[in-house]
Amino acid sequence: MPIQKTSTLFSLAALAVGALLAFSSAANAADKTLTIYTYESFIAEWGPGPKVKEAFEKTCACTVDFVGVADGVALLSRLKLEGEGSKADLVLGLDTNLVSEAKDTGLFEDHGIDTTAVKVPGDFKDPVFIPYDYGHFAVVYDTQVLKAPPASLKELVEGDPSQKIVIEDPRTSTPGLGLLLWVRSVYGDKAPDAWAKLKNRVLTVTPGWSEAYGLFTKGEAPMVLSYTTSPAYHMVAESTDRYQAAAFSEGHYIQIEVAGLLKNAKDKQLARDFLSFMIGPGFQDTIPTNNWMMPVSATSQPLPDAFGKLVVPQKTFLMSPEEVARNRAAWIDEWLAAMSAN
Amino acid sequence: MTPAERRRALAGGVFSLAGILLFVGLAVFALLTFAGASSSSMSALADPYTLRILRFTLLQALLSTLLSVALAMPVALALARQRRFFGRIWIIRLMAVPMGLPVLIGALGLLAIWGRRGIVNDTLAWLGLQEPIHIYGLAGILLAHVFFNLPLACRLMLIGLERIPAEYWLVSGNLGMPGLSVFRFIEWPALRRLVPGIAGLIFMLCATSFTLVLILGGGPAATTLEVAIYQSLRFDFAPQRAVSLALMQIVVTAGILGFLTLFPAPEDRGIAAGKPVRRLDGRKIAARLWDVTVLSLAVLFLGLPLAAVALAGARADLPKLLGETIFWRAALTSLSIALGAGLLSVSLAMAITQAREAIAAKRNPARIARLFSATLGGTSSLVLLVPPVVLATGWFLLLLPGGDTSMLAPVLVLGINTLMSLPFVIRIVAPAMAAHRIRTARLSASLGLAGWTRLRLIDWPGLKKPLLMALSFAMALSLGDLGAVALFGADGLTTLPWLLYSRLGSYRTTDADGLALLLGLICLGLTIAGTAGLKIPEERDER
Amino acid sequence: MSGDVKTGENGAGIALDGVRLRLGTQDFDFDMALPAGKIIAVTGPSGSGKTTLLNLLAGFETPDRGRVLLAGQDVTALHPSERPVSLVFQDNNLFSHLDLFTNIGLGISPRFALSSADRDRISAALARVGLAGFEKRLPPSLSGGERQRAAFARALVRNRPVLLLDEPFAALDPSLRQSMAALLQALHDDTGNTVLLVTHDPAEVRRLADHALFVSQGRIALSAPVDAFLAHRNIPEVLDFLGS
Repeated sequence: MPIQKTSTLFSLAALAVGALLAFSSAANAADKTLTIYTYESFIAEWGPGPKVKEAFEKTCACTVDFVGVADGVALLSRLKLEGEGSKADLVLGLDTNLVSEAKDTGLFEDHGIDTTAVKVPGDFKDPVFIPYDYGHFAVVYDTQVLKAPPASLKELVEGDPSQKIVIEDPRTSTPGLGLLLWVRSVYGDKAPDAWAKLKNRVLTVTPGWSEAYGLFTKGEAPMVLSYTTSPAYHMVAESTDRYQAAAFSEGHYIQIEVAGLLKNAKDKQLARDFLSFMIGPGFQDTIPTNNWMMPVSATSQPLPDAFGKLVVPQKTFLMSPEEVARNRAAWIDEWLAAMSAN
Repeated sequence: MTPAERRRALAGGVFSLAGILLFVGLAVFALLTFAGASSSSMSALADPYTLRILRFTLLQALLSTLLSVALAMPVALALARQRRFFGRIWIIRLMAVPMGLPVLIGALGLLAIWGRRGIVNDTLAWLGLQEPIHIYGLAGILLAHVFFNLPLACRLMLIGLERIPAEYWLVSGNLGMPGLSVFRFIEWPALRRLVPGIAGLIFMLCATSFTLVLILGGGPAATTLEVAIYQSLRFDFAPQRAVSLALMQIVVTAGILGFLTLFPAPEDRGIAAGKPVRRLDGRKIAARLWDVTVLSLAVLFLGLPLAAVALAGARADLPKLLGETIFWRAALTSLSIALGAGLLSVSLAMAITQAREAIAAKRNPARIARLFSATLGGTSSLVLLVPPVVLATGWFLLLLPGGDTSMLAPVLVLGINTLMSLPFVIRIVAPAMAAHRIRTARLSASLGLAGWTRLRLIDWPGLKKPLLMALSFAMALSLGDLGAVALFGADGLTTLPWLLYSRLGSYRTTDADGLALLLGLICLGLTIAGTAGLKIPEERDER
Repeated sequence: MSGDVKTGENGAGIALDGVRLRLGTQDFDFDMALPAGKIIAVTGPSGSGKTTLLNLLAGFETPDRGRVLLAGQDVTALHPSERPVSLVFQDNNLFSHLDLFTNIGLGISPRFALSSADRDRISAALARVGLAGFEKRLPPSLSGGERQRAAFARALVRNRPVLLLDEPFAALDPSLRQSMAALLQALHDDTGNTVLLVTHDPAEVRRLADHALFVSQGRIALSAPVDAFLAHRNIPEVLDFLGS
């Protein structure tokens, strides 16, 4: 039998592996390094990462080393997997809903820096985690299809079932969880009834934001669950005001993205310097048009005009991380039951 | 086989099996023993939720499999019957493209045709019909699964049909067997040998489907076990529960697949002697009309969504994308992983096949040998049921003490892709090697051919075609894979699907469309290489 | 339809009338008339066109020009199944996954709709070729010679006036070839059919043929009664063939 061939193929494969290894390890070198775990889109070439790295490195005589994972949830999972042995000095990109779980890992310590400059709706304050940007969840709609968007969550829930919306799954995505909490905030214990009604308007439930937004921009549904800041991207980068967010009279649920300092950080002073830098203009300037979120403190330049046209929620909903952690499983079960009923 | 060859073949089998089991087992072990996990929801394997999604998982997989196999059959028969027409090779190549596309892209392509704003509904609306087709729900899931799996089934069936000895067609022509007789006495017996294997493969693919089920399922009523596994590892971070669910997935599916093996497949003993095949039955008008209809429908069904993907991609700024270094880096990474995984997968498939042949060749294999052979066979197909996210997480844990996980991420993706493509590769490699052995083994042995000479003169020419095809299959599969390991961070490991998703994840839909087109073109390129040897022998026989 | 063709006691004459055919870069040009009710050997070097000649008669190739005549009937435009011929190849004559009964039954009814008389005929044919009781056997369980006997049994039940054989004994060992040749001769004597036998073996020509052809470079180089053929001295290729 051609056993020799097998071994030839094996060695070819081994070569490929070797090439790949050599190829991926060509990096790393500098005396003082700050390792920051974040989500991948933060460090994409169009994200804030490259600019932030450049700006901070000018002030610190150090190297900023970003490690990107899929998203905020994966960030927390990675920390749990690595535990005490994590290389991370800072973690940037958790949201408030994950804060409680993150603290439970016991891997973080108080940041201990002055955060008076930080202004976020709902006044989130935490000794461990510092907000660096935020956005309100919102129903974004296609003005070419929908002339009269819902003006409240109630109108969304009770409106014409033939006008569909794409939402994300709270089991697998943060916007999905956001909507779950939003409905809960507005409807309280009546949330399951609201979901039972809303179900008829839901075209489909996607595993993540990307899939939902993709379906929306392909025209499958005139509405999608996204952020109040989404239209800014289309206005600034694509010069179109076709996609707009609907202002809901009850108010909007907020997503606040935060950063925290790890107990085992190598150089805590450097890490704290970064956190201070993070809430200053050098960092905040990059947020609006790179992360397409709202800055948490003053930027050196006024925000682009498009941001002036965005929906500013009259009221902000935000549940405490502890409340979310306590009820998430039960609320998801409720959601499942309501959404799966025939 | 000489005793030495048999020993080597068996050693190769043991080595391969050990490799696979270790790769899976260590990951599972790491997850099960992970201390930092919340062991809260461990209890709930038999809760109503799990049972409900288990039922749905199996139901949709069963229906998807039935539809994919049943619809692939006429297409494969038509392709086998019409051996020379303009574009035939391109239809075959087209069939490799859905496999290589990230499922989200395929879904968007399908929706451009069947969605609420798709051309089918637009046409219906234009005709004055009010109620548009609403595919979200089971219908959408089935549609998508057929779209992705019909081509796979079709190509595997075609391989089998093309192994039918050329004389059969002369005899059937001479006897004047009508189409139904040809199907009953020639085509169906050939297909019947293949269908259980193909159906099993598709069943596993559909049972572990995740993104498609969620996107097209219309709501959480459509949820598969894979979703629950993903959820337990991500949001809930309960590795033990994830492993239990994964085990449940493997056990239940394996049970159903075991049921499939109860249909004994008669052995394929006819050997195509390499004579040119003449399908006179395909020249009749009725047969031509039928085949043209079937193939047109198949091409439309598969081609339109792909065309929609291509069209959307053509609107992107392709020169800009091609000018980006990150694109080339991602393409190189993807291709290296795909090539590495493809070669490994083909090697594993060959080693496993040789070991199983070595055992089958013994007149009275010991029970342990038979058991080993069955384990090899089962393992090499059931690996498809191990959720990549479980492997990725487990290995991440294992490799942590070694420090730099970023170094090992490519190796992990490679390993996972190797395993995931193994079941496909083995379906191509095993029958080809069996036929090759029957054709050449005795002669080679009698001439004392061995080693490099035999490899160069006998084995490579004889096996080149199926091996290249298997390699291109495996590579296409790896190319479309997002790389579950990247979930937890694979710094610098940017594959094409990963790049595509990251563009999509930051509003850059047009870029993503363009990348989808480029990815599709790469897959097409691969399958052109994989089908390169396909049309040589029957160049001149039919007009 | 096939059933209409009567098998006369004399079998059927075979003629290729100005047949031209081009396959790829090779030209074929056949013009011949062969006697009815005889065993005719077709010889010639590899690639000379023997199989193409057979394919033209069986209907697997259609001539670019000229006519194919079988039993005095112009069959040029007929489908293989409508021609009054039966076929036996070197190998794979039987569907290996079907038992002999089914394989032979398909020769009577391609839809496999058999009357009880048909069933009896199948068993009789099997008995005639020395395979009595082999109805349920699968081809892979038979020896090469037995498989060829079964193929003859199918030709027997088909009862066509012309039998085309493409090196039917080439894969068998010499002693088996002799007994198979004897069987072929006996069946021919029974039915009086016309047999066209492609062969590489001069001994087979001597043993069986009444008439012989030599095909060379797409043409009939020689067509003669077997005595004249064996005595032929003018064409070096024929001498080579006979001398070996």
